[in-house]
Amino acid sequence: MSSRDLILGRVRAALRDAAASEVPRAYRSAGTDEADIVLLVDRLVDYKAVVHREQDVAGVVTSLEPGRLVVPPGIDRSWIPADATIVEDEHDADAVLTAATVAIAETGTIVLDGSPDQGRRRLSLLPDLHICVVRQDQVVASVPDAIARLDPRRPLTWISGPSATSDIELNRVEGVHGPRNLHVVLLPPAPARAF
Amino acid sequence: MRIALFVTCLADTLFPAAAKATVELLERLGHEVVFPPGQTCCGQMHVNTGYQSQALPLVRRHVRNFAPYDVIVAPSGSCVGSVRHQHAMVARNAGDERLAVRAEEVGRRTYELSELLVDVLGIEDVGASYPHRVTYHPTCHSLRMLRVGDKPLRLLRNVRGIDLVDLPAGEQCCGFGGTFALKNADTSTAMLADKMGHILETKAEICTAGDSSCLMHIGGGLSRLDAGIQTVHLAEILASTEAATDMPGRASEGSA
Amino acid sequence: MTFLGMPATAPRGVGNLRGEEPFPAAAHKALANAQLRRNLSHATTTIRGKSGAVISELPDWQELRDAGSALKAATMARLPELLEQLEAKVTAAGGVVHWAADANEANRIVTGLVRATGHERVTKVKSMATQEIGLNEALQAAGIKAVETDLAELIVQLGHDKPSHILVPAIHRNRSEIRDIFLREMPGVDPALTDEPTELAAAARRYLRETFLSTKVAVSGANFAVAETGTLAVLESEGNGRMCLTLPDTLITVMGIEKLVPTWRDLEVFLQLLPRASTGERMNPYTSMWTGVTPGDGPQNFHLVLLDNGRTAVLADEAGRQALHCIRCSACLNVCPVYERTGGHAYGSVYPGPIGAVLSPQLTGVADNASLPYASSLCGACLDACPVKIDIPSLLVHLRNEVPHPRSERVAMAAAAYTMDHPALYTRAQHAAKLSKHAKRLPPPLNGWTASRDLPEPPAETFRDWWAKR
Repeated sequence: MSSRDLILGRVRAALRDAAASEVPRAYRSAGTDEADIVLLVDRLVDYKAVVHREQDVAGVVTSLEPGRLVVPPGIDRSWIPADATIVEDEHDADAVLTAATVAIAETGTIVLDGSPDQGRRRLSLLPDLHICVVRQDQVVASVPDAIARLDPRRPLTWISGPSATSDIELNRVEGVHGPRNLHVVLLPPAPARAF
Repeated sequence: MRIALFVTCLADTLFPAAAKATVELLERLGHEVVFPPGQTCCGQMHVNTGYQSQALPLVRRHVRNFAPYDVIVAPSGSCVGSVRHQHAMVARNAGDERLAVRAEEVGRRTYELSELLVDVLGIEDVGASYPHRVTYHPTCHSLRMLRVGDKPLRLLRNVRGIDLVDLPAGEQCCGFGGTFALKNADTSTAMLADKMGHILETKAEICTAGDSSCLMHIGGGLSRLDAGIQTVHLAEILASTEAATDMPGRASEGSA
Repeated sequence: MTFLGMPATAPRGVGNLRGEEPFPAAAHKALANAQLRRNLSHATTTIRGKSGAVISELPDWQELRDAGSALKAATMARLPELLEQLEAKVTAAGGVVHWAADANEANRIVTGLVRATGHERVTKVKSMATQEIGLNEALQAAGIKAVETDLAELIVQLGHDKPSHILVPAIHRNRSEIRDIFLREMPGVDPALTDEPTELAAAARRYLRETFLSTKVAVSGANFAVAETGTLAVLESEGNGRMCLTLPDTLITVMGIEKLVPTWRDLEVFLQLLPRASTGERMNPYTSMWTGVTPGDGPQNFHLVLLDNGRTAVLADEAGRQALHCIRCSACLNVCPVYERTGGHAYGSVYPGPIGAVLSPQLTGVADNASLPYASSLCGACLDACPVKIDIPSLLVHLRNEVPHPRSERVAMAAAAYTMDHPALYTRAQHAAKLSKHAKRLPPPLNGWTASRDLPEPPAETFRDWWAKR
């Protein structure tokens, strides 16, 4: 007998008396609340991210003195400062500039899904400064709203503030292995395009 | 109202003052108290120590003795908790569904003292007088098993002359836990030490609660410390009136 | 007739589910350590405050708990089909699924997979399942070095210590003890290191950076696996999880069979419950989710090891199986008055605290952890704190009924029950109690009481004597 058959057989034997039951979903489901930008900013700042409410992404990037910058292949080129030092390999980069997929106001969370403007996962992991550009139409109210928008077949990274740990006396301390500095640029919604 | 007293074995044997106070209080409020004489113990110690089969005859006895009564009261959150939440389970685990159903019925009609006063009798001011500095320890089973909430405090706040002080970290267990106090005596004692520290902080003369068992544990510790703080059951405070000249913690009558 | 298909407990001689001594003896030692008690009291008080604050922000916390509890029950009821669905989805997405009946088999599978890569070092993300089975010890025996990358696990590993908390394994250490361990054990550490937490975190960052970049195989656990999509999720804080889950060529994930959720949507419940109940954050800094292999992004070889190791034995107990609903948040540890005073080591198993007291004895069989169900005053704080509403107090009572009892106790309990069921004997015993009037110290086993507490003065008359005279 394979271990697969053994385990499944044991589970079936163990569950002879178990009956499936209804799952009550009385909590706030997707679509219950409006996305609250002010709340998102408050939550991001509370977890030590720095928020820039600016149109001029390149200007923000320049002001942060990013050093050697790495960008994903599908990045909006207008976001890159003209005089930026762009490197190909994230190992050599001091900073990374990406877009995002979804931001959750209630938790101050940004989700990346590996799209061309966000890049593969290691890109936003190794540099010490992550500058992440979020459009306001990407902001949702709650975790259920985010789950409804995301595609689970893509590799997903949920980011809530810079790298931190609670391992020393259970106090949150920023700055361990991931980027120690997270800057979020909040853009107005993308203008509607005429087709 | 005719109310059956479930005295509990501990109050019957070691802390009759709490049970007598319950009777006096309810009679003063104009109710008739009856005492079913065949009652002994609810079996909680056996259930909580892992002896459900030995608890079964005690459950059966309890249900038989209290089934005839519409309203039952006990001066103990813990014993009411056992009647309400454990008796039917013990019966069911023994395959006695009929007993389980009857136990559930008895459980629904059984109240801890503050529940009876506030929920059933609709009284928050029982006309008591108790001119002492008192702190209230909300015992775990009253708080989390029965969910009595602030009912005991509402009753205490209406007592004439009382100086009621908050107990810091009051919701933390005192460390009694039945046979836990024996099987894990060191841990139990460490929990008790912290509880006593918080009680001493309040500078109260009296520590009260709705359970003689926890009060026995706390009182035993305070007595060893010679701290000068007495433990008195909630029923005794509520039974005290200006007419009576009772001293707090009538130790000769077996207060905890 | 074959018993091969019967649910089985975790085997002896492997893994970390059994302590060396009963809980009261281990607790006795822990209680004598004043520094430990200060550290625990500080840490658990901090986390209770943080968690309470972020939970109170959610208007639907109780509804989320109801959903989480029901989802776990529904998952258990459909476990065989959900496991098969998960296997199919992971396989379709380019992963390889392995089934491990117990710790020995899981260790064999992982060791074999690492050997096949030709590498002799793996990085590890904190994982309860791999601690449970003693994977690091098994890898070491095979000449493979396992590097723990979670800060608390690193503190434990460098300190030659054992984890004492599910979420924060080094909770028993304070900042100055951590600095001392780093100064003593961390190669290349700055000798001027202070006990400032940011400096300690930075030291770990420097120490592990090169290891992350050069290690080709990682081992992880999983917080959740979605049967519907084959998606796995790891929640973490530091970024060590992201490092392990994205940088190596090969990723091996070891996961208990109970970690499933049926659908993608179900994560919307658990991703709200877990961070707020565990670290007391609205959301943990990083959550990684992956489905099989993504070409050009992350490990190109993915293995998922599904672990039984006693879980089916837990599942077979209708009352006990809710212990498998646990999402390892540690909220029950943080509110437990017993845990707060003894710490996690006293429980012997990698699963300490209230959930450990009900889970460990069921995984091993109650005889091997007979003292754990008694390591509780049944105060009920754990039930109120549990984000999936596991009724731990009732489970403790249930398990106490299953464990083998000492003979002397059996005799005493039987005598007490007999007396209580015979009112005449009961009344006589009540009067006999008065004889103890002047006893200030009781003989064993009752001396546990009088060691620190006085006995009450026996009353002049019992209640029923008084009542009879009225």
